[in-house]
Amino acid sequence: MDFFDRFAIPHPSLAIYASMVAIVLTVIAIVVGLTYFKKWGYLWREWLTTVDHKRIGIMYLISALLMLFRGGVDALMMRAQLAVPENTLLDAQHYNEVFTTHGVVMILFMAMPFIMALMNFVVPLQIGARDVAFPRLNALSFWLFFFGAMLFNISFVVGGSPDAGWTSYFPLAGNEFSTSVGTNYYMIAIQIAGIGTLMTGINFITTILKMRAPGMTLMKMPMFTWSSLIANVIIVFAFPVLTVALAMGTLDRLFGTHFFTTNNGGMDMLWANLFWVWGHPEVYILILPAFGIYSEVISTFARRNLYGYKSMVASMVIISLLSFLVWVHHFFTMGQGALTNSIFSITTMAIAVPTGVKIFNWLFTLYKGKIEITTPMLYALLFIPLFTIGGVTGVMLGMSAADYQYHNTMFLVAHFHMVIIPGVVFAMLAGLTYYWPKMFGFMLNERIGKITAWTIGISTLVAFMPMFFTGLDGQARRMYTYSESTGFGPLNMVSFVGAIGLAIGFILLVYNVYYSIRYASRDISADPWDARTLEWATHSPVPEYNFAIVPHVKSEEALWDAKKKRHILFQGNYEKIHMPNNSGVPFIMGSIFFIWGFALVFSLWPLAIIATIGILACMAHRSMEIDHGRYISVKEIEETETKLRGAK
Amino acid sequence: MKIDHSLPLEYSTEENRLKILGFWIFLGAEIMLFGTLFASYFTLVDRIGSGPSGKEIFEITPVLIETIVLLTSSFTIGLGVHAMRIGRKKAMMSFFVITLLLGLVFLGVEIFEFIHYVHIGAGLQTSAFTAILLSTLGTHGLHVTFGLFWGLFILLQVKKRGLTPETANKSFIFSLYWHFLDVVWIFIFSFVYLKGMM
Repeated sequence: MDFFDRFAIPHPSLAIYASMVAIVLTVIAIVVGLTYFKKWGYLWREWLTTVDHKRIGIMYLISALLMLFRGGVDALMMRAQLAVPENTLLDAQHYNEVFTTHGVVMILFMAMPFIMALMNFVVPLQIGARDVAFPRLNALSFWLFFFGAMLFNISFVVGGSPDAGWTSYFPLAGNEFSTSVGTNYYMIAIQIAGIGTLMTGINFITTILKMRAPGMTLMKMPMFTWSSLIANVIIVFAFPVLTVALAMGTLDRLFGTHFFTTNNGGMDMLWANLFWVWGHPEVYILILPAFGIYSEVISTFARRNLYGYKSMVASMVIISLLSFLVWVHHFFTMGQGALTNSIFSITTMAIAVPTGVKIFNWLFTLYKGKIEITTPMLYALLFIPLFTIGGVTGVMLGMSAADYQYHNTMFLVAHFHMVIIPGVVFAMLAGLTYYWPKMFGFMLNERIGKITAWTIGISTLVAFMPMFFTGLDGQARRMYTYSESTGFGPLNMVSFVGAIGLAIGFILLVYNVYYSIRYASRDISADPWDARTLEWATHSPVPEYNFAIVPHVKSEEALWDAKKKRHILFQGNYEKIHMPNNSGVPFIMGSIFFIWGFALVFSLWPLAIIATIGILACMAHRSMEIDHGRYISVKEIEETETKLRGAK
Repeated sequence: MKIDHSLPLEYSTEENRLKILGFWIFLGAEIMLFGTLFASYFTLVDRIGSGPSGKEIFEITPVLIETIVLLTSSFTIGLGVHAMRIGRKKAMMSFFVITLLLGLVFLGVEIFEFIHYVHIGAGLQTSAFTAILLSTLGTHGLHVTFGLFWGLFILLQVKKRGLTPETANKSFIFSLYWHFLDVVWIFIFSFVYLKGMM
């Protein structure tokens, strides 16, 4: 039985056994459910093999929500552990595992797919395209992300979770100090998901540059498309750095090389540098599309065109350049010397300038607007003050001399949560609510939606503001407990209450989905928010081919001007539409990647070689395949259009 | 599918133009990949631990053979694409075959070089320097290996299906990839080998 010993959890506990049971029960429930309702064929034909950007977007969305709850449970466990001094709910090892998986899951497997979900769904619609440039590659991107995320998640029950922090600094993450396979999971699962993300980047740059509707010049693109374009450019230039860093880390752990070790010339700081050369731009990959969503939402509900379109674009370009020049601020205290620190301090603070420009542009858009407070707008309005708290404390952290006081304390934890939650999570929730009718053909309940927004907004403050204070008083991050005499107890209890508030907020979100599925009206127009851009010019839900006739664009706000200035968007007659065929290969290739990753994690070399051959065979198959896609005939288009428009 | 006959075959359809642009962007990502490897190489080059330095292990003969062979292959694939543009299928295939054979020679010499390094005690696990050296060369070598199989599959398709917009597009993109590997090798030759031997 020696062979199976390696799959055992090195440090088991009740929570882990409970989740094993839960995972098995969920899998059984899904399999039985699919069989009972005879949905296997439906699942395969309509979802697993789809290359439609809208369905891929929805699959990203579902994955992101699932991972939000996985990461959320991690967060609750941490806050519960710290709620009172000298708590014994989690021991040190479990606490290490929980904060590591919380970070990785929330950034890479929740925020990233959430962004990808909205990009996939919205960008082709906003530019009037029929799909992305490479639909098959898009499906592969999704499945690589999905199986990477699954591989990371099974670490909890097979072999042990990573425990060296989401930054996984060496030498802690090396074989000497991280003896379980946990960090192998980290290296390989993120690698697989990262390859998928890189391909998304290439795909969307090509799509946005080459597939815009006639008349839509670059400077007439909607702001969300602009932000996606820039985020994808950052992806293409930042993710290869992560690829190399993870490959080196994998070599160190599996093949005993000396990249990041402390002997034979190895250099542990090289990891920290490479990680953050990717890691800091990664933050902007998340925040820029979020800014794009806010721009759409704010101009829609202020009923005004976006203030300072050109300066919005310029500031995003500047942010994208600066994002590659600030990485050292993540480790000011790790010995670069005063000159280096000063340079990176200045570049860091410089980023506040274009970000400030954007904030003022939103405020000027609101100024004298006819503001309508809907749920998405409420998130956007909550975002501005809360994000500013996060941003200003970021400037404090950016001052390298002062950073010695804040570094590795709860102050830092409070700062980046106050940036990421109002910045990214609120934007994603706003985007979710805003685009929900376009995705599913009915609206989420506004009353529950607003209660959710207020609950999440207030709870964010309750959960994270106390950390600024305990952090300045010296409470270290990543410490699993503290003594009573420190006096951190009461404020940590307040944080815990805030965390519960956030949990309630997200449960309300799920309830809202349930409630709206049951009770919301299906009789809504294609443009329920009275919006301004092209995605609202087609039906809800969107037909497979997006637009029956390719729109002609004359201005930045194509739909608004069609409504107000009588621009004509759709000219001409229906023509047959060329569409790509579905394919099962991306799903199969993703599954083989999963096996490949699993084999590497446990150093099962024969299996790894077989899986590698499998991956190459999929690529060879794709190379030799002849697939010219298919055509949707004019008759089919007419039938679909009549049905969607209602009897006319 | 609309075919625009005023453009070369590989650019003649919308799908083809998208693929070529997408591949250029992919090459941008590849530049970052090798850029990161080079940056790490320069960081670790003097950190030899108890192992040998570059000066002690580099030998000019195999490196020169590799360089000449790979540069020539870049030239022959250029001729191949030229032949493709004037519609000479046989000439195009011959030049591609020569390219792949030269690539094979390159790979053979590189494998021989690697065995030699391990033999004289400069293996993957010896020091940070040997690890980054073999990883940088190995990443390039893996790209060449992948390219050999990729090129082979494209040749099979050209043989079977002739020069169509699809096969021409694939051949052209493959030629971009192959030229790129050559560019990377020029950097390896100059900054890893020549600088290391000085």
